[in-house]
Amino acid sequence: MSFSLVGISHHVAPVELRERVALPLERAASLARMLGDAVCLSTCNRTEVYLAGDDGTRALSSLEELAGEPLRSVAYRMHDDAAAMHLFRVSAGLDSLIPGESEILGQVRAAFDAASPGPLLDRVFRQALQLGKRVRTETAIGESPASVPAAAAALAAQVFGDLAGRKVLLVGAGRIGELAAGNLSARGASIAYVANRSPEGAAELATRFGGEPIALEDVAGKLGEVDVVLTSTAAPGLVIGQNDVPSRRRSPLFFIDIAVPRDVDPEVHQLDGCYLYDIDDLEAVVTETLEGRRAEAEVAERLVVEEAERFREWRASLDVVPAIASLRAYAEEIRSAELAKYASLPEEERRRLVAVSGQILNKLLHEPTVRMKKAAAEGDGEAYAEAIRRLFGPPE
Amino acid sequence: MAELLFWPALLGYGEAAIAYSNPRYTRLAIWGVRVGWVAQTALLCVQAAGVDAFPWSTWAGSLNLFVWLIVGAYLFWGCQSRYRLVGLGVMPLVVLLFVVARIGGGTTAGERSHYSNLFLTVHVGFVLAAFAGFTVAAVLATLYLLEERRLQNRSPDILRMKLPSLVVLERLTVRTIVIALPLLTVGLAAGFVRMREEGRSFDALMGVACLTWLVYAGFVFARASGRTAAQLAILGFAFVIVARLLLAGSHF
Repeated sequence: MSFSLVGISHHVAPVELRERVALPLERAASLARMLGDAVCLSTCNRTEVYLAGDDGTRALSSLEELAGEPLRSVAYRMHDDAAAMHLFRVSAGLDSLIPGESEILGQVRAAFDAASPGPLLDRVFRQALQLGKRVRTETAIGESPASVPAAAAALAAQVFGDLAGRKVLLVGAGRIGELAAGNLSARGASIAYVANRSPEGAAELATRFGGEPIALEDVAGKLGEVDVVLTSTAAPGLVIGQNDVPSRRRSPLFFIDIAVPRDVDPEVHQLDGCYLYDIDDLEAVVTETLEGRRAEAEVAERLVVEEAERFREWRASLDVVPAIASLRAYAEEIRSAELAKYASLPEEERRRLVAVSGQILNKLLHEPTVRMKKAAAEGDGEAYAEAIRRLFGPPE
Repeated sequence: MAELLFWPALLGYGEAAIAYSNPRYTRLAIWGVRVGWVAQTALLCVQAAGVDAFPWSTWAGSLNLFVWLIVGAYLFWGCQSRYRLVGLGVMPLVVLLFVVARIGGGTTAGERSHYSNLFLTVHVGFVLAAFAGFTVAAVLATLYLLEERRLQNRSPDILRMKLPSLVVLERLTVRTIVIALPLLTVGLAAGFVRMREEGRSFDALMGVACLTWLVYAGFVFARASGRTAAQLAILGFAFVIVARLLLAGSHF
């Protein structure tokens, strides 16, 4: 049994090419079904086809058809252990644009669930999914934020701990601000107020996050009611001044200013209980955490190598499976024939005889089975299989 | 036997103190804390059984109990993988104090105390438990100030070298003090009752203990928060240190 992989990714292909072969989940699944025993993984950064029992030529043709041009110069082709290793790296997030990003694991799972792979691809994908989970639990590769919006939310959590019940004031409707609000919301914070120069923009965002739209002029009045202030307006001057901020003795007030030019007076950071992070501070945090991710990636690479070795051993053990099966069949045949001689025994005794003979057979064959699989993993499987055929096979 | 149990306890605590310095060995460190604490618990039981009484009638013996209480409070409040740096603050201190307790003879079988068991349990036990709580609170308060400084300086590594959040550190500090203060109150009250019965005079240690009580009572009644709370918790701990040093020289 063998399988191959054909694909393109952000490592080898520009976005113009990737977007032509990128497929939504359903189309990817139907391509896999059309190819037979296959799984098609398609994301914005990669489109890969894993195909059992083929050298990848058909998969490459399918991708070229989608791209509308030959892909031989950019597409990568791998087989068996190398293809498995690649899939393991992908599911571990090690082949991603941002090392350790977690979205890819869900995409691998979705691609696998949408396809109907045979035993070989089923095995390699299940192993890949388990490894992906293991990498995320045993290393800190995915713990630190890898983007400015995620860093903003993580910093807020560093001040308040659990963000559940914490109120956020969103000022401005910038794209990054909106993403940061989404991240805060995902951590349990509630977007209590949304202020924007355009009332329609404020109303739209407020509806999306379940908050209350307010006018920009009312922002200062709400600072005493919230825990986090997130600003991303296009205003040319300051929106929140030092004098707008009420005294915070009991609970901190965290400002995230991702606007350029800045919205919040830098002097706010000097106030007791107030912390202000601007876009440069957030980017510095992201740079630092990405460095940390790279260090954790080394640990994750070791887990990938371990998993690839397990897969190789499992695949090698398949070489002796027919020999093991025929040995078992031979033993079972003898057992059935011997049992048939005692067909006249009372039911209870016969049942006991069946059970005992079954146990003897299993115990007898257990060790040879284990040793054959071990030998196969070490590359001696064929020799052992041949010995079994000669010792227990039909007379020549 | 007591001698034999000291080493696994020290080994567990020592292993934890070292393992906490590397994030990959945090789980190992937590197991070190647990194993060490179990071994020290057994050590204290053996000590108690050996003299058939409360065995901590010396400053070193009480330091041994003090260490056990600190680790107990730490296990209860903050012994979690994600709070590795709390462990890194607590465990080296624990190792140091435990070694000092041993050098002072506090981990050997000990001698029977001339105090009644009930008195020692209430007075020494409660005061030491309170001091252990204040020690943990001081570590948490120090971490609070450290974390606040990092936020103020906008340290880029703030999410890589993670401490518990500011709010969590403050909450744990306050809770620990709120629990420890009544213990100190009861312990001191028992001591004063005894002093009156025996007609003894007020010594320096008692004075420092009363000052400690005043600082923490002020902390609780003023509902201190933020940086002020952390600074008060550390000030109170300074009195705890003085009290411990005075304990070594007098009172017993």
